[in-house]
Order: sequence, then C-alpha cells, then structure tokens
Amino acid sequence: MNTALDVAVWRGAEQGRFVSYVVPLRENQTVLDIVTYIQRHLDSTLSYRFSCRVGMCGSCAMTVNGVPRWTCRTHVRRVATNSRLEIAPLRNMKVVKDLSVDMTGFFDKWARAGGAFAPQKTHSKDFAVVQPDSRARRQADAGIECIGCGVCYAACDLVSWNADYLGPAALNRAWTLVNDVRDGARAQRLAAVAGDAGCHACHSHQSCVQWCPMELNPTSAIAGLKRATVGAALKGAL
Amino acid sequence: MTAVRSQWRSRNHANYWAFVVHRVSGLLLALFLPAHFWALSLAIEGEAALDGFLQWSAQPLVKLAEAVLVLLLGAHLTGGLRLLAVEFLPWRDWQKTVVAVSGGLSVAAGLLFLLNAV
Repeated sequence: MNTALDVAVWRGAEQGRFVSYVVPLRENQTVLDIVTYIQRHLDSTLSYRFSCRVGMCGSCAMTVNGVPRWTCRTHVRRVATNSRLEIAPLRNMKVVKDLSVDMTGFFDKWARAGGAFAPQKTHSKDFAVVQPDSRARRQADAGIECIGCGVCYAACDLVSWNADYLGPAALNRAWTLVNDVRDGARAQRLAAVAGDAGCHACHSHQSCVQWCPMELNPTSAIAGLKRATVGAALKGAL
Repeated sequence: MTAVRSQWRSRNHANYWAFVVHRVSGLLLALFLPAHFWALSLAIEGEAALDGFLQWSAQPLVKLAEAVLVLLLGAHLTGGLRLLAVEFLPWRDWQKTVVAVSGGLSVAAGLLFLLNAV
C-alpha cells in the first residue's frame, strides 16, 4: 500500500506551472488537508483560501484532478488516481496566486442578475405568511442552500465561451427570488436575466448539476427562468 | 491559466456527451444538406440522371452511409426533443435515463434502416 501521495499543485498566477510535492497519505484525509500540509510543512509561500472546513462557507473550492470540488469535504481516497492528485485553481476566474482566484466577477454577476432581495413591506408591517408547501416556496427552497463556492461557475463551458454570461449560481439565486412571494422586483429581475448573457444562453450541459457539492440543480432553475421570461414576454411584461 | 492537464474530466458525464452528440450530428447533417439538394436537383435534369444516381446509391457502402445518416438524424431529433423537455417541461431527475433512451432510439432507427436495406 502506498504511504505517500504525489501531488501536483499549480503555482503562479495566470501564467505558472505545476509543482510536485510528496505528501504522507493518511486515513480520512481531505484534499484541503493535503494543501494545508504542503503550506505548513513543505512550502509556506503556497496561497489558498479556506475558512470553515465543514462545507458551509464555500471558500475552499479548487480544481482537483480536473474537476471543480469543495476541497474540505472531498476525501483523497475518492479522487486520487494511482496515488496522484492534481490541484489547480478554479476555472473561469482570474488566478490571483497559486490556488486563490479572484471571485469579484462571479459575485458581481449575482448583483447583475438581481440577486438582492427587494422587500415589499417595511418593519412596521406584519410578517409575510409563506406557505412552506406552496409550489413557489418549494421551488425557492430547492435552490436556497447555495454556498457561493463557484464550483458550478468553474464547471460551466458557457462561462468560458461568453465572459458576460451570468452563470449558474447567479441565475439560481435569481430563480429563488422569482419564487419568493415577499419579493417586489420580479419584473426587473426577469428583465435582468432575459438578455443575451442571461438564462437563454444556457445550453443545458448540466455540468453545474453534476458537480454542485450541495447537490442543487441550477439547470432546473435556469429552465424555470427561461419559461418565466418567455411567459412574461408573451404577456408584454418584458 | 495556461494548462490544466485533466480539465476534460469535468465534462465527462452523460448530459455533456448528449450535448456533444447533438452538436456534432447537427454539424454533419448541415454538411450533408448540399449533397441532399444536389441529389434532388437531378430529378429536374431528367429521368436518366436520377435513375443513374439511384442505381449508384444502391451499393452496400452507400447504404451503410445512409444508415449513418439515419443514425445522425435520430440523434439530432431525439437530442432536440430532450432539450425541449429539459427547458419547457417540469424537471425530472431521470436525465441520464432520457439521454440513454435518446441514444437507444437513434441506434434502433439506424439499425432498422440497415435491416431494411439488406
């Protein structure tokens, strides 16, 4: 049995190269443990981002053996092939250094997709009554657990092909708000996602569904937006 | 970033392959269209020209190529219907099954054509 892993890690920024490290193999070891071992014991100049280590914050996503993953919840034994790992920064985002990417564009697109909740009531009004089993609420609930890790965005070829494309996460957020009965900006939000770089640019590759660590379904959300925008256009509301 | 050696792995799933098949079959069918129109135009030139072409098209290799065409048509049709279902019908979690059925129907159509040809 192998007692060590051969780990190739991207070093540099947009231009760089893979550097190999040998890391002791342990039982119950995550990919984030590997990166942390390298930084603590082998090369302290390695840059990467993490926070909660329990799959809540969405900050530790990287490309592991070609696939975008949350590294804190990805066990090495599930993804290592022949005791080898290749760890790179997420795709579709500018590399700041080593494994850290600039997520500004990713989150700016959430804002462009109308990702901010627009309340209709002030604090002096009663609480809104939302039926948990209503169709709209169930559709909103299906996408609400997004942790903003960027895995879907990195997996999406449409983002690579069209830099303006809002991407699966931002559109998924928009769909949760379209289905939020308390929200007051449905028309503006549908207009924001109906353009060339919006929901209709999606080719339904479903890589976002395939790799979302929270097992959400952005393709379904985007399909919902496609139907909603077409419906609004037919009614002359778009 | 210049090179991530194994980036293709994130695309290695049924729905992405279904996209590739749909796109490639569409491109190949588009390339075939001029030949199709040329063959049809022979009817205008006269009976002899069209009969000559039809005789040529009875060769086994041409029949095999026609079976591939039927396969491509089937793949493009079922792939398109699958996409319409994804986008306009309520979501179903059995997407892989839909991909498999689309592929199966296309292959069946190609094989049926071939059986009919021999």
